[in-house]
Amino acid sequence: MDYHFNFTIVWRHAWRLWWGLGLSLQIALASLGIGMLIGVVLAVAYTDGRRITRMAIAGYVEFIRNTPLLLLVYLVFYGIPSVGGFAYDATTSFIGTLALYAGAQLVEVFRAGLDAVPPGVVDAGRAIGLTPMRNLIHVRLPTAFRVSLPALSNAYVSLFKDTALGSVIAVPELTHGAQWINFNTFRILEIYALLTPIYLVTGWIILAALRLVERRYAIVRPN
Amino acid sequence: MIAAMVYALPFLWQGFVLTLAVSGLVVAGSLVIGLLLGTALAFGPRWLGLPIRVFADTARAIPLIVLIFTVYYGLPALGLSLSPFWAAVAALTLFKTGHVIEIVRGAIGSIHPGQMEAAKTIGLTFANRLRYVIFPQAVRRFLPPWINAVTDSVKGSALVSLVGVVDLMMAIQQVIGRTFEPMPLYILGAAIYIAVNATLSIASRRLEARFAATVAA
Amino acid sequence: MSPPVEAPPVLAIRGLVKRFGETTVLDGIDLDVARGEVLVVIGASGSGKTTLLRCVNALVPYETGSIVLDGTEVAYTAPNSGVRRSDHALSAIRADIGMVFQLFNLFPHLTARENVALGLRVTRGLGKQEARARAEHWLTRVGLADRMDHLPSQLSGGQQQRVGIARAVAMEPKLLLLDEITSALDPELVGEVLDVVRGLAREGMTMLMVTHEMSFARDAGHRVVFMDAGRIAESGNPREVLANPQSDRLRRFLRRIELRTE
Repeated sequence: MDYHFNFTIVWRHAWRLWWGLGLSLQIALASLGIGMLIGVVLAVAYTDGRRITRMAIAGYVEFIRNTPLLLLVYLVFYGIPSVGGFAYDATTSFIGTLALYAGAQLVEVFRAGLDAVPPGVVDAGRAIGLTPMRNLIHVRLPTAFRVSLPALSNAYVSLFKDTALGSVIAVPELTHGAQWINFNTFRILEIYALLTPIYLVTGWIILAALRLVERRYAIVRPN
Repeated sequence: MIAAMVYALPFLWQGFVLTLAVSGLVVAGSLVIGLLLGTALAFGPRWLGLPIRVFADTARAIPLIVLIFTVYYGLPALGLSLSPFWAAVAALTLFKTGHVIEIVRGAIGSIHPGQMEAAKTIGLTFANRLRYVIFPQAVRRFLPPWINAVTDSVKGSALVSLVGVVDLMMAIQQVIGRTFEPMPLYILGAAIYIAVNATLSIASRRLEARFAATVAA
Repeated sequence: MSPPVEAPPVLAIRGLVKRFGETTVLDGIDLDVARGEVLVVIGASGSGKTTLLRCVNALVPYETGSIVLDGTEVAYTAPNSGVRRSDHALSAIRADIGMVFQLFNLFPHLTARENVALGLRVTRGLGKQEARARAEHWLTRVGLADRMDHLPSQLSGGQQQRVGIARAVAMEPKLLLLDEITSALDPELVGEVLDVVRGLAREGMTMLMVTHEMSFARDAGHRVVFMDAGRIAESGNPREVLANPQSDRLRRFLRRIELRTE
């Protein structure tokens, strides 16, 4: 092996990695937020709605679930503006894509959460005089939400990983930062020797932190 | 718009065949390696389980695109040259193997330890305990998540386009480069991926039903 | 124990019929509950007791008949009958009827205090402070002053059920429905829950209670009703009815209950 590791030249550009990491985390958070909104609204619409509503929602979920994320990224960034007659910057477009992508998964998550609320608990809400809307807001959704927490944590970590795809439309996130350094310094192995642990360690830290949050909101707590 | 699609079809067909080839190789490779490593993780000694565990967790925690670039750009730097096709297949297989290991471990872990003990008491060898007692029960737990992993592989295979392999995704991009009509092509592409995955889902449901029936009988 | 003074009934049920598909679960029920009365409903499982309570609280619609609570028709009749109330009106009626469930049905994501305060805040429109104070008052009353911040999962069955009672009575309902509230409890926890109910009875809470606790029916109930196949088969003073059952059905039912409790 005649490759000589040289990290000094890479360190000079390392700020692009930290900056990209920050952007990746923010993109993941923003798309999780919007995705949750989509997920909650559609899950309620699915659970309480009519057949036609259900079919439309199932169509959206199946479309997203069976299409490569890469294709969705292209479709939203290149496809939609070409027929919509407008444009948005790569980061906005990418957040939108991930939000639609996360939304489709979270519909399923929240739907399962709503189904997991025991019917007796819903009755108890009705018995203290809550209207269906109030019962939804104060009883069904909070219960469903807590059941869904572990899945939400996983969704965030997985969205964080998915932000790497932003590099294909030049969103300056973590992987794009790494590619920039790669193309400008040709220190390929050093870059990937750095990039891989950054994804790994960040993923672990997020997950560990979120597990703490989960415990804080768990419905079943140890005595 | 229709004209663009018709013009694109033979082109897309070649890409489609490549997508199937990549997916097929990845699914087969990850299944074989994953089964071996997953079983070793479940029953093997600790010194063997630990590296497998680390490998599976790492492979799943890195973005697939990073893994592909690492293999594609990294290996030549180490003096090992792979064609884009095989580099991409290798990266995807590594990634999927991580998932399969996890699925195997989960499926085997769901079987009550009493089953293993009971199999020992009737004098079955280790291989036979797996073959006649553990695997037949574990397969029902294994199939549903594994099918998911298969459709995931088909979707993930689109990333090989990033290292220049002309799969379905790349073919779509190339056609768009000539027709400048992105939307119909993306929709058509999505429809093809959805059709493949829907076919897989239906086939797998049949398979699951058959396994459920044999176990019940 | 003498029945309370004559006054217009809090609850008046006339000709109530409820079907689930082909099965008639309630087959013409007529029943009054006077103010301050403790009315105990007994009967085998499937006799319609629980469905009766659920109809009264408008949790399920019914086919025909009327249920009048303190002068207001509950009227949650089947969709096609034309007499269907809005969700809002139904919610207002339910707020005036407390219900305690067999399986507690506490809100799993809320502490004991929040479980009691939710209805006060959202349905009754009380301020945060007042809802909290009232919740604490009632939790203290049921002996849970030291469990206010516990989640349901951290409480024993008996404690959970006492939170359930506090949640219902804190709304100051005109009528309290109790649906086999001790059936899901370990035997040693039944006493603490029934003691709370006895205390409420002494204070004049109007109660319609489904139970299998015959000794409780005997010494805390003003009147007992035996339901069989969706009808009221016997009713009267608990001591008399339970000591001298008139029908074969009730005799057999009581024998089974006694065998079980011994």
